[in-house]
Amino acid sequence: MSSKIPLERLTDYTWRIPQYKPGMRVPGIVFANKDLLDKMQTDRTLQQCVNVAHLPGIYKYSITLPDGHEGYGFPIGGVAATDYDEGVISPGGVGYDINCGVRLVATNLSEKDIRPKLAELTNAIFKNVPCGLGSRRKDFRVTEHVLDRLVMEGVQWVIDQGLGWSEDAEHCEERGCMKNANPDKVSTTAKNRGVTQIGTLGSGNHFLEIQKVDKIYDEKTAKAFGITHEGQVTIMIHCGSRGFGHQICSDYLRVMERAVHKYKIALPDRELACAPGKSKEAEDYYQAMACAVNYAFTNRQTIMHWVRQSFQQVFKEDPERFGLKLVYDVAHNIAKIENHKVNGKRRKVWVHRKGATRAFPYGHPEIPADYRSVGQPVLIPGSMGTSSWLLVGTEKAMEVSFGSTAHGAGRMMSRTAAKKRYWGGDIKKALEQRGIVVRAASSVVLAEEADPAYKNVDIVADVSHNVGIATKVARMVPLAVVKG
Amino acid sequence: MGEEKKFEFLEHMADAYVAAYGKDLAEAFENAALAMFDVMTKVEDITPKTEDYLEVKGKDEYALLYNWLEALLVKFETEEMLYSKFQVQEISRSPKGFALKARIWGEKYDPQKHVQKVGVKAVTYHRMEIIRKPEKITLKFILDI
Repeated sequence: MSSKIPLERLTDYTWRIPQYKPGMRVPGIVFANKDLLDKMQTDRTLQQCVNVAHLPGIYKYSITLPDGHEGYGFPIGGVAATDYDEGVISPGGVGYDINCGVRLVATNLSEKDIRPKLAELTNAIFKNVPCGLGSRRKDFRVTEHVLDRLVMEGVQWVIDQGLGWSEDAEHCEERGCMKNANPDKVSTTAKNRGVTQIGTLGSGNHFLEIQKVDKIYDEKTAKAFGITHEGQVTIMIHCGSRGFGHQICSDYLRVMERAVHKYKIALPDRELACAPGKSKEAEDYYQAMACAVNYAFTNRQTIMHWVRQSFQQVFKEDPERFGLKLVYDVAHNIAKIENHKVNGKRRKVWVHRKGATRAFPYGHPEIPADYRSVGQPVLIPGSMGTSSWLLVGTEKAMEVSFGSTAHGAGRMMSRTAAKKRYWGGDIKKALEQRGIVVRAASSVVLAEEADPAYKNVDIVADVSHNVGIATKVARMVPLAVVKG
Repeated sequence: MGEEKKFEFLEHMADAYVAAYGKDLAEAFENAALAMFDVMTKVEDITPKTEDYLEVKGKDEYALLYNWLEALLVKFETEEMLYSKFQVQEISRSPKGFALKARIWGEKYDPQKHVQKVGVKAVTYHRMEIIRKPEKITLKFILDI
């Protein structure tokens, strides 16, 4: 489909799409090995990379990461930075699931400590964290007024309600709260969708896993992150801003469509709709987006709280005894105002990360004080039943990818094809034969999310490591999977 | 039964790619809605016992389709309603754009009765098409899941 797009090989892992179209303001850069690149050429990934290069004010190049695949407007696994004053902000560069992201929690337990109680613990989590179609909580609902406070104050607000430990907020990107959140910029429809969904996992590719550390690659950094030995049990939570964020994206795509006409912006794709950074439309979107970002941080915080509660229920001991410390919480779908060096000059830019993880290096003021000597933790979840990765951000990422790296495995097979080939019950059985406990709300999702439907996340981590935009720290493998 | 297919799912890497058919735009919109609920659950199991009414607007037919599906998705998320019967009564055009009026029938979501497939996050404009042929309209669109 995008086979006609010209590509120049720069290294084994770096490819350049020249400015072959008159509307392209910058070239494209693709970080991938030959296999991943071949896969990208079977759908519209590279075409979308080219389209993003048309955005007004875009700097250096439109970036596609090793897990890149076809999205809406932007490819998923895409990064673009535009000038703060002269550039644009595009909701398509963030996506529908604003701040879809990942949280990693470290325990002080080893696999052998948890194995006898694994099924019971997984059942408790499955019960305490609603997931699947239309999942909502009965025990924790907020009114619209409370929702406004929650999205303004983020993770700290729920910690103050007793759903967390005081040190949790420090280990979140943005300390769990973007300060510019303004609920007046959020529609009633979005709020109505949001009030019942705090503390729920959702459906599709979202999951919660009990994992063990399978291999440590960088001992010093792992130790700084609280990962001390192979076999150590960790928890990974992968979800986003639920219907609240989806509706905000949808609402602002409409606003941006009007803005495209008003400001006469020429775009190759309707879903790249955007507004000039200095416009009212951009300011409104950024304030509403921040509400969804905070909603998602809060969502993962409350889920972690109910995971800790599940440990208490099952082991009948205080959860602090098991460690259960938050390693980090990082966004995969977000736009941020950041400072980056562009051609030797420091520039204030809008960084769009659509299916991309921030990967800041050691010493960066935006990362938690206790990690500043090593760098920011980068979390790359795999697909169901495969490994997940902990990496660390680097200076190289600041140089070549606006401080970003990959975010996941990326699909390789369509949901329709996966459903034809697999049956949920078989997938569950296969996982259980490997000793993995599975609790899923939907058998269809199990089939659609079957492991062979995804690219190999290990290869994605390899490319990130070899390019140097985030380097390997540790690999985790699942012991139990809770799935929507 | 010899009945023509109301909708089908096409190949798409990450999400649900739907083709919905109808003899006119109204019927195609009805079948598009049916397809969306079929992504979430088995539509045969949704009893059309509660009636409701929807009005949506859009500046063009694409926006109208997007807004129609989104309005139904919002109904599910905020009122927990699933629908299986749709009657688009009117699609009108004015200088301001398009408007649609529809009666819809369904029931409250009951996880015991309605099998869970996959949740829909959002409707998208990506690859959205309205293809007109004599006596047949095809709508194509992608649902983000």
